[in-house]
Parts: sequence; C-alpha cells; structure tokens
Amino acid sequence: MTLPRRAHPRPLDIAHGRIDLSHGGGGRVMAQLISEMFVAALDNEPLRRGNDQAAFDVPGGRMVMTTDGYVISPLFFPGGDIGSLAVHGTINDVAMAGARPLSLSAGFILEEGFPLADLSRIVESMARASKEAGVPVVTGDTKVVEKGKGDGVFITTAGIGMVPPGVDISGDRARPGDAVLVSGTIGDHGMAVMSRREGLAFETDLVSDSAALHTLVADMVAAVPGIRTLRDPTRGGLAATLNEIAAQSGVGMALTEAAIPVSPQVRGACELLGLDPLYVANEGKLICICAPEDAGPLLDAMRSHPLGRNTALIGHCRADDHHFVQMETTMGGTRVVDWLAGEQLPRIC
Amino acid sequence: MKYIDEFRDGALAKGLARAIAAEADPARSYRLMEFCGGHTHAISRYGLEDLLPPNVRMIHGPGCPVCVLPIARIDAAIWLARQDGVTLCTYGDMMRIPASGRISLLKAKAEGCDVRMVQSTMDALALARRHPERQIVFFAIGFETTTPPTAVALKQAQAQGLGNFSVFCNHVLTPPAIAAILDSPEAGSENGVRLDGFIGPAHVSTVIGSRPYEPFADGYRKPVAIAGFEPLDVMQAILMLMRQINDGRHAVENEFIRAVTREGNAKAQALMAEVFRLRDTFEWRGLGLLPRSALAIRDAFAPWDAERRWDVPDQPVADNKACECGAILRGVKRPAECKLFGTACTPDNPMGSCMVSAEGACAAHWTYGRFRTAGKERRP
Repeated sequence: MTLPRRAHPRPLDIAHGRIDLSHGGGGRVMAQLISEMFVAALDNEPLRRGNDQAAFDVPGGRMVMTTDGYVISPLFFPGGDIGSLAVHGTINDVAMAGARPLSLSAGFILEEGFPLADLSRIVESMARASKEAGVPVVTGDTKVVEKGKGDGVFITTAGIGMVPPGVDISGDRARPGDAVLVSGTIGDHGMAVMSRREGLAFETDLVSDSAALHTLVADMVAAVPGIRTLRDPTRGGLAATLNEIAAQSGVGMALTEAAIPVSPQVRGACELLGLDPLYVANEGKLICICAPEDAGPLLDAMRSHPLGRNTALIGHCRADDHHFVQMETTMGGTRVVDWLAGEQLPRIC
Repeated sequence: MKYIDEFRDGALAKGLARAIAAEADPARSYRLMEFCGGHTHAISRYGLEDLLPPNVRMIHGPGCPVCVLPIARIDAAIWLARQDGVTLCTYGDMMRIPASGRISLLKAKAEGCDVRMVQSTMDALALARRHPERQIVFFAIGFETTTPPTAVALKQAQAQGLGNFSVFCNHVLTPPAIAAILDSPEAGSENGVRLDGFIGPAHVSTVIGSRPYEPFADGYRKPVAIAGFEPLDVMQAILMLMRQINDGRHAVENEFIRAVTREGNAKAQALMAEVFRLRDTFEWRGLGLLPRSALAIRDAFAPWDAERRWDVPDQPVADNKACECGAILRGVKRPAECKLFGTACTPDNPMGSCMVSAEGACAAHWTYGRFRTAGKERRP
C-alpha cells in the first residue's frame, strides 16, 4: 500500500520552531508555513486554491473597501491578541459604513526569531475571530524581516463589504440638533493593553472590549436606515473621533460628562496613571450620530444587542463655526474636549 | 469610585457655588492666584470658572515644573542626550518643551539620541542596572513633590555603587517663587498683578507642610488657603480665601487637612536635606534669577551629579521675544493675551513652555477653555 506523497517530509515544529529568513524566502519552507499554519487555520475555499489572489462573486450594489495595519505591543493582552484585533478592527472599519463585511485579507510581516508557537496562537485566534464573525480571510501574504527590523509580528489587512440600498453613512453628515450615542463603556481596550505594558504593568481584571460590531450595525441599520454617522473610537478615543466628525461635518457638539459610560476599573486605572478615559482607545465600541427623532428607536435597537447593552445618549450636535466639542463637566462647568496633543500611549492597535 | 467621587460631587459644587456667590461683595473684586499647575488643570478641566461670580478671578501661578525651567537648562539636557553612550531619562512632559532652535528632547530622540520617558526615578535606576554599558542620566525636574524620589534614587545609586547613573538636578522650591511674585515691581502696580490671596499647593504642601507659607500671611499680609487637587477642594479654598478677605484677615488656612500638616513630612525633608543643598541662585523662566530658589546635589553624592561628570553648558538663552510665557507665569498676562496663542503656538506645535504641560496655563486654556475667548485672541 502506498501513502499519498506528503508535500513536506516533516511537519512544522510549532512547539519549538522559530521564524527564520527562509520562511519568507519563497521556497518550500515558506510554502509549508503557509499551508500548515495559515491555510490550515483560516481554511476557506479561495485560500485553499492557493493563488496569489482570491476570486469570488459579489452581489451588485455599493461596495466599501478598507485597509488597516496592526502594530500593537504587547501582542497578547487581556481579551485578545493582534490576530483577533486585526479581524475585529477591519470588520469594524467596513461596518462603520453600514456595510455587511464580505471578506478580509491579511499580510504578515514576521521578525526573524519569532516563535512559531506564538505565531500559531495568533493565527488560531484570527481564525476563531473570523469564523465567529462569519467573515473569511480569503487571501494573505507572508514576509520575514531580519531580527531587530520588526517587533515580532505586524499585520496588515484589507476588508470589503456591501452597503445595503438606501444607506448613506458618513462622517460629514452630522447636522445641528443630531443626537450623539456611544455603544457602551469607553477606554476598556487601551487600559487593558496598558495594564500589560512593560514598565507600566499593574494588577487589574480589565479586559479589552475588542469585538466585531457588524451584527450590531446590521440591527441598527435595520431599525434606522437613515443613520447619519458611525465611527469606532479607536486611537485617540472618544475625544479624537468626535473632533474628527465635528470637523468633517462642520458642526460643534455639546456633551454631558455624567452621561458618558466609563467602568469603575477604567476610571480607577486612569486616575492612577493620570489619563483621561475620553482619550483612551476602544476596539469594540461605536459612536452613532442620528437625527434627534431617531435616537429613541436606535437606543432600543442597540440596547437589545449584546454589544450595545450599555448604549448611552451622551450629547448632541449644534451649530458652531469653531467646531468645538464642548462638555458640561460633572461639576456643572463647561470645557472643551480637544484633540489629543501628542501621544497618550503609543501602539495600542 | 471611593475617595474620588466625594470630591467631584456636582450637587456639592452647586452648593459651594451658591455660598461663594453669597460671600462675594459686589463692591469689590477678588483676584486669587492658584500657585500650582495641578490647580490650574483642575480649574480648567472641570470648568470651575463657570461656577464663580464675575468679580472672582483666578490668576494662574508659576507652579508648573516644566513651565518654569529656562531654555538654557533644556538645551543642557539635550546636550547631555547627545553625548556618546548617554541615555537620558525624564518625565513625559519634558519631552516636548521647545528649546533653542525649537529642538525638543522628542526631536532629539527622533534624530537618534537615546531619550527615554520614565514614570519614576526607580525606572531610571533599573535601566542603569540593566545597561551597564550605557551612562543613564536622569533629568530631574520639579518642586518639592518630586524631589524626595530623586533623593532616594541618589542614595540607592550610592549604596549600590552604580557608576553609570547620574542626575541632572533641576529641582526648585515653592516659597521663593511665591516671594518673587509678591516682590515683583508689577505686584500692586496699576497694570500689574494685584493679588488678594493664594491657593497653596496640594502635593508640595504634603512634603513641606503649611508653615513655610506663614511669612506670606504675616509679612505680606496675604491670605493663603492650601487646597487639594480635586475640584471641590479648589471651590472650598476659594470660599475660605474670600471669607478671609471679607473679614480683613490674612492667615494660612488648610483645606487639605486630609494630607497636609503644619510641619509636613519630616522624613522626606530630612532626606532632601541629606542629599541636596541650596544653590546660590537659579534662573526661572518668567521670574529671572532667584536667590536660594533651587537645589544642587551635595558633595557626598558628587559622583552621581551629571553637572560634575560632564562639563554641561550653562549659557543663559533668551526667550522668544513674542512668547509671553514669562508674563503669564507671573500672572501678569492671560494666555489669550499672547500674540502667539492659538496661532503660532498650540499644544501640537508649542513655542513656549506654558503650552506643553497639561498643568501649563496656556495648554490648560487651549485644551479646555478656549471656547471662552475664541475669536478674541490677540486682543491686548
């Protein structure tokens, strides 16, 4: 009896192996890494066919495309890792147009010496996130850089999706009087990552909120197709994202500090480190701006979804030539909620 | 959150605002200086000005450690960072202060200098232990609050014979700066700063106690109220100062009794006295050369003094002529009265030190309060 011929006589030594330059060299070693790690985990029809591109049919209509890069440090953090983050982040960028995400790509830039066991954990986690979300990673790329020229793993992605007919969600559509909603507590991701940073590490049970928001968005669009703006407040936090929207739409905003949901753990960690939760990153929250009469139905739809249970109405847009985002503080005074100056914490996504 | 929420209670703030309004005598004005950048930040961050009657005005003082350091000392730190084998460590805010030629430590780092942001002096010591091949220089700045940790680092370096660690000491003292403001020719002049009272520092006072402020109450006849950094602390201290002013009293009162005593922290004071000595004179941005206002490292710790290990340049450098940081630090001008404010000088591209730190008067006004003066900048 003859066994089918194996492409690679010995399987990848995932437990003890490390990335070396041959894993990016274009030879058999690279082919083995791709087939035994990436294709095995992310498994789907276009990927299995082994081409340099994925071919698939798309329904007609309006399409969105996004690209993203992930350089987070540390690679593993409470509530996720760079692999699940790359899937969630890219899906969310597609979903913030109100679109249904279809497929993703992933490019891996690996540093020589990186343990295969860690890479396997990342790829498995990416596969899990992709399967849970129902959005496959259909094509990919692998490069290896010399030791010292990278930081373990960087991942670049692209994502595409389809916008339902009649939906036009964009950062430039906010109008005076519109309501501003946020889908839950802010700052969880940034503080969870920070709690594991070398030199900053502190004891906390904080977990990143990293999550794919496309099903929440689908419920929202079904309830109110006329949503004006959606955006996920990642780097720069709620403050930066609201300032972006204010500038794009040419409006000001008035927020109420007491209405902005912040968990006690995030508040405590921020107090300790002298940070403002308004500027801390999120990876599983969205900001929604809608006409005032749509706020009620949207609040109901969002609070009925597990990822929107703590949705809050935090303020409204208003006419302001300076495009100031202002906030009534818990003390009853008023302040500007400005852009972040400099960096509060680098490499959180 | 326990021990925080109690001091940020909006209902209590409204009550205090009513008491302040009732205490305010419409026939006079109240010009109160909060010395400390921490108070400046709290006032701006919580929009406390909105809770005060129009005749109660807060004037920001010079108590922002990165703001008062003159350009020459930042030039010197950049010079140190450029020396072979040196890793310069400092607190985050220092990184962005522009020095000569608008170079900052952040820009020096981008040019290839090894500059590290640390959270504490212990991080710098750990770096020195981990990298015996590097010279680790800690760029020490700050008032009496950050001085004891620097003293501890120097004592540990001495005890462990850590030959590759040194401190570039720029620690300054609070009372001489208050005296300088009260002694300045602008004080009491028609256009200058008239001060009716001081909010005394929070953290500094936990170290030095309330006694060092007594000469300002007794000699200069100015009411002082030491306050914590929470917004209700500040409101309460404002009310205490107004009551003193209305009663014609001038005493040192302590709102921050949960942390400050008259004598302060004896252990920290002893540590500072053991490791540091008074400099004859030191240059402050905005206040000029102030005698006996800063600390140098004692001879016993000379091997860990960066100013003795290297021939650190010590040439005075003039501030940018258009930059009003000096007048703002003396309380003579408000941030929006500077020609550069919000035009050439913003937190993203600061010209002067007051626009950098969150405790700086310009950064605080820009970041939190500029809607109040928007469109009115550059008004003299």
